Amino acid sequence: MLKQTEGSKAVAESIALCRPEVICAYPISPQTHIVEALGEMVKSGDLTPCEFINVESEFAAMSVAIGASAAGARAYTATASQGLLFMAEAVYNAAGLGLPIVMTVANRAIGAPINIWNDHSDSLSQRDSGWMQLFAETNQEAVDLHIQAFRLAEELSMPIMVCMDGFILTHAFERVDIPSQEQVDAYLPPFEPRQVLDPADPVSIGAMVGPEAFMEVRYLAHAKQMQAIERIPQLAAEFKQQFGRDSGGLIRTYRADDADTIIIAMGSVLGTIKDTVDEMRDAGHKIGVLGIISYRPFPLAQVRAALIQCKRFLVLEKSLAVGMGGIVATDVRMAVTGTGLKGFTAIAGLGGRPITKASLHKLFLQAEQEALPPVTFLDLDWDAVNKQLERERKTRRSGPIAENILHDKGIVSAKFG
Amino acid sequence: MSFQPVKFYQTGTYTVGNRLLTPEEHSVQSGQSRNNSINSGHRACQGCGEALGARYAIDAAMAESHGQLIAANATGCLEVFSTPYPESSWQVPWIHSLFGNAPAVATGIAAAMKVKGKHDVRVVAQGGDGGTTDIGFGCLSGMFERNDDVLYICYDNQAYMNTGVQRSSATPPAARTATTMPVGAEPGNAFGQGKNLPEIAMAHGIPYVATATVADLRDLEYKVRKAMNIRGARYIHLFVPCPLGWGTASHDTIRMARYAKESGLFPVFEAEHGEVTGVLKIRHKISVEEYMQPQKRFAHLFGKHAHPETVARIQAIADRNIRKYGLLDQEEVA
Repeated sequence: MLKQTEGSKAVAESIALCRPEVICAYPISPQTHIVEALGEMVKSGDLTPCEFINVESEFAAMSVAIGASAAGARAYTATASQGLLFMAEAVYNAAGLGLPIVMTVANRAIGAPINIWNDHSDSLSQRDSGWMQLFAETNQEAVDLHIQAFRLAEELSMPIMVCMDGFILTHAFERVDIPSQEQVDAYLPPFEPRQVLDPADPVSIGAMVGPEAFMEVRYLAHAKQMQAIERIPQLAAEFKQQFGRDSGGLIRTYRADDADTIIIAMGSVLGTIKDTVDEMRDAGHKIGVLGIISYRPFPLAQVRAALIQCKRFLVLEKSLAVGMGGIVATDVRMAVTGTGLKGFTAIAGLGGRPITKASLHKLFLQAEQEALPPVTFLDLDWDAVNKQLERERKTRRSGPIAENILHDKGIVSAKFG
Repeated sequence: MSFQPVKFYQTGTYTVGNRLLTPEEHSVQSGQSRNNSINSGHRACQGCGEALGARYAIDAAMAESHGQLIAANATGCLEVFSTPYPESSWQVPWIHSLFGNAPAVATGIAAAMKVKGKHDVRVVAQGGDGGTTDIGFGCLSGMFERNDDVLYICYDNQAYMNTGVQRSSATPPAARTATTMPVGAEPGNAFGQGKNLPEIAMAHGIPYVATATVADLRDLEYKVRKAMNIRGARYIHLFVPCPLGWGTASHDTIRMARYAKESGLFPVFEAEHGEVTGVLKIRHKISVEEYMQPQKRFAHLFGKHAHPETVARIQAIADRNIRKYGLLDQEEVA
């Protein structure tokens, strides 16, 4: 059913259609609206049978999900930013135990300085946890990816994060097609666990494992994600057949077939990038786009195939490997090893810094001319940075960095936009 | 089968003494239908109080739930010695997730059972004092506050034994651990305010809180069985001496547990909805010195460089417990 709705509400409806049995909730912006809506559905009896548990921390949220999933229930939670880091130990544990939990990550920056706005630092920090990570470009895709995520997670018995840009998607009102219960039921079978805590057939889960078997267990997590590389496009194709639209898959290209320059990104920024590319195409530039939906598993072969015909690429990412450069860019460079392709990295939008069409236009032209350094920080205020560096050179007790920069910029409280 | 006449030689001892009881009053552990929930072959040290306590507690919980039990376990000795890959001592469905999340994992299991309509399946969570009073404290308090249908059992041996005897918030004052060495002006663990988990549990107003020791296993079975007949969050704090960490002889585990109770240092009581409903009185009162002296972790308080003032401070703690919980009959107090 088509409706004009908030991204979070749409996702909540999508989760409800997936018939979750245990939902754990702990408030953190910008995912709160999702669990708020689900909580209301459970309390009103619209979503039943389902247990909605208000926990005391994100660490508990993931732990309750672990217990519920190990006991055979379809478990869901949502988090972001500091919350994801606070549950990190349990995030790794859920993957290590092979429990197919689905979690929405409303992507948000990680402090300090504390910042509630969008970038991809949070889920990317859990890159090696064993969780799959699917990035939604639009709210429609966020709705659809959750349905596919439960199916994939339970097939492989591995957990999945569905990542959607905080505020930009979670709080945006737009038209979304919410599927019917019949459609979802036909696509997503009931959860049949691979392992379950059952008094009729007692098993021990989570035993101490030494060097004699640990590597095999860890390798199997990798093997599962390699299986997912096969399954993700199949599940997307099946989804299209049943629901009538393209959603999910490993990657998605846009006007890339004859492109000399390809821009690579994840999430909602792909919309702005496509608009910019449209304008540049109109002006005769041979430029295209590669969106990565599946960040983990990372589709090395598919990315390579999508780039092989181009001359250069630019990875625009909302994340920073401090001391190194790009995080997504590193994976992309791995994918094109030996091709001799020229690659650039742009770090953009950290902590919600707006990524404007004007800035992108300038950046893409420079990329096209190969006039960029290996790593560019889009719209970085060099004056502010240099002023602080100068202050630190001059004064030992130069004071707190964030407060200095805010003071230099004459900003009393952080303003967005 | 030949007939064996009843002997009354156990009278006056602390042994289980089934022969004097009606069959209904027999302990779970003495019955042929006991579950052996944590089976032989595990890697616990000789004289381990925790292994003994867990065996009695989980068998009693199994009996009371008619075999419909799932256990969640915090990281710690109990977890490590019971599940060395690829073996497991557990004869119940059992999960270990992390050090600090056993109460939350149990909440998740209980929620799954509720949503699936399996109301007969009960959930137990268990951990050591480190996993309970320190790193798992937040999750435990959350589980209590929500009144989730979980029985949590803390096996308190008063330090992080699994990692090599480091101090926890349950370590008593003056005790030697690897991180509170018996050196300096005030050797051993500092005198803090203590962290009385049973009382903190009671402050949550949960339906049932009890303490017990491995010196009185019938009392432990009674409390576990009672707890299993109550719905909601329940907490049992079980005192389990650790020969390795305390520097006691492995044959003295039960004696040490009994002395802790008889000295008043470990009050044995039960409480419902935040109110104490019963205490196990001290039968033969002893001084804290009698309890502490056999333990190497307190050795620096005695002998050539004795610290009688420290022993006196600890005696004051015991005396306060005795007053507070009424551990002595009135004539003995006078």
